[in-house]
Amino acid sequence: MTTSTPEVPTAPVREQKPETRAGKAHRALTNPVASAVAVIIAVLWTIPTAGLLISSFRPKGDVQSSGWWTWFAHPDVTLENYRAVMTGSDTDLATYFINSIVITIPAVLIPISLAVMAAYAFAWMKFPGRNILFVAVFALQIVPIQVTMIPLLKLYVDPPFGFPQLAGSDAFGGGFYTIWLSHAIFGLPLAIYLLHNFMKEVPAELVEAARVDGAGHVRIFTRIMLPLMAPAIAAFGIFQFLWVWNDLLVALVFAGGNLDVSPLTVRLAELSGTRGQDWHLLAAGAFVSLIVPLVVFLAGQRYFVRGLLAGSVKG
Amino acid sequence: MSTAEKLVQMGIAIALFFGVVAVVLFLADRVRSRRGESLQTLVFVLPAVLLIAVGLLYPAIRTLYESFLNAGSTQFVGLDNYQAIATNDSLVKVLRNTAIWVIITPIAATLIGLVYAVLVDRARFEKTAKALVFMPMAISLVGASLIWKFVYDYRAAENDQIGLANQVLKWLGMDTYRFLLNEPWNTLFLIVIMIWVQAGFAMTILSASIRAIPDDVVEAARLDGVTGIRMFRYITVPMIRPSLIVVLTTISITTLKVFDIVRTATGGRFGTSVLAYEFYVQSFRSFNFGLGAALAVLLFALVTPIVLYNIRQMRRLEAR
Repeated sequence: MTTSTPEVPTAPVREQKPETRAGKAHRALTNPVASAVAVIIAVLWTIPTAGLLISSFRPKGDVQSSGWWTWFAHPDVTLENYRAVMTGSDTDLATYFINSIVITIPAVLIPISLAVMAAYAFAWMKFPGRNILFVAVFALQIVPIQVTMIPLLKLYVDPPFGFPQLAGSDAFGGGFYTIWLSHAIFGLPLAIYLLHNFMKEVPAELVEAARVDGAGHVRIFTRIMLPLMAPAIAAFGIFQFLWVWNDLLVALVFAGGNLDVSPLTVRLAELSGTRGQDWHLLAAGAFVSLIVPLVVFLAGQRYFVRGLLAGSVKG
Repeated sequence: MSTAEKLVQMGIAIALFFGVVAVVLFLADRVRSRRGESLQTLVFVLPAVLLIAVGLLYPAIRTLYESFLNAGSTQFVGLDNYQAIATNDSLVKVLRNTAIWVIITPIAATLIGLVYAVLVDRARFEKTAKALVFMPMAISLVGASLIWKFVYDYRAAENDQIGLANQVLKWLGMDTYRFLLNEPWNTLFLIVIMIWVQAGFAMTILSASIRAIPDDVVEAARLDGVTGIRMFRYITVPMIRPSLIVVLTTISITTLKVFDIVRTATGGRFGTSVLAYEFYVQSFRSFNFGLGAALAVLLFALVTPIVLYNIRQMRRLEAR
């Protein structure tokens, strides 16, 4: 009985399903207007990037004198632009590339670590004022970073209680600390909120069982929660990485024009003003800065999209 | 600083941070009693809360206060800074530009994202097609601005063009055009950059919610003879309405804070400045801290209702 009955309904179901799903798409795309519109959008969204990418590989003279679309007729390829923009003494993007890395790694690791701990406390520890504090943290997500910038900068330049000065030419750490701290602060509310939501989904029995076995909070946190949180940490990590790497405003304000600690975005924006017509350099420079986020995005697309909506109100 | 020194600085910072965290956690774990529990709570929650209090809450309150002070933050001037925003011609233009950005960008980006999501839904190259449109989301706004500045590049009509937009005009037999210089249309061409970036976001979110439409709803409509555009208008759009609102509001918030594009593409010249950019100029170029603070507070005031509405919608979305 059990062997014969499943056979009967499968046949009609099999025929029905593909027709509703694939059939719908098929109809949509065989409609010539619809597919034309889709292709036009795809082309419009790709061509500007493709044009700059092609230009970054064309010899300087060609870039200055003819459009990149003529490249298909005269396909000359050179890596000279990349060499010039990375190591040339007047552009020197290699240095800024290093700066971007030095800025981004701590600016991702520090807020995530602090946020995982705080999220654990808000989710699984009992203490007075917990709910009010959590709502406050959540609410502070909406503060635009512009609102905090001037007083925060004043705190860095002229800290109270004899703390060491963090900004300026003789700050310790060469001035990176202001950028690291600022990114950590701006990333925290969202990170705590996101990770708290994930933490809450861990079954309470798991935590209680561990407590019955005599495990303290620290052990539960490091042994049980951290491994379970790996996907959530990855999601926020990618989000924060792209945010910090692509940021211009925080770097401009908190590096205070100190080129020694400025990231690629600051340098590129500057070149766009001072070398606005040197498109062979700007094109190569743009792709030097784009390659890292693109790789990170393609590698972690799954996690990134998940964190996207939740993180949409940041900054 | 040399490269090695920078990497060492980074190493020190990371080692210091994790070292302190590890030691504190270890010590807190040793204390086993009622006191230990509260100590552990403090260790877990205090660093983050302290940073937020000092780095976000205090500065926000301080900025609100400074918005009532003069340029050098030495004298109380009441609502003068806000009055300046409302009456000064160039600042009124900044407000007008911001309004144009916030009206056009969300609508255009959402519309394009929605149409594209519907068209490529379950098509053969769906994944690639989506990645193409989503890609601008991953890159910096500085990079995006450079990409488009190159498209808009201007040369006199008799010369060979290197910017695609002007080449297209030339192919159409028209005169070349200074896209980024000519007021008031240059603001529109800057907005195009933001639409280009944000459409991918709209597409991703909307595409997911189109997939979540129950098959039987689509099927029932089809049996009633609903197809094509009418299916889109009467079934798809109403079914994904909550997501549409979330996408619209989210893009509005991002657009209100737009800074990078204006700074990179025009530097706020030629009448293209917006609120977030003017904040930067007043605070860090003109050192008019009072006016800068007032602009920041205004930005905050404009963002808050949209965010609150957005959060309510998102809650509703999650509850479904």
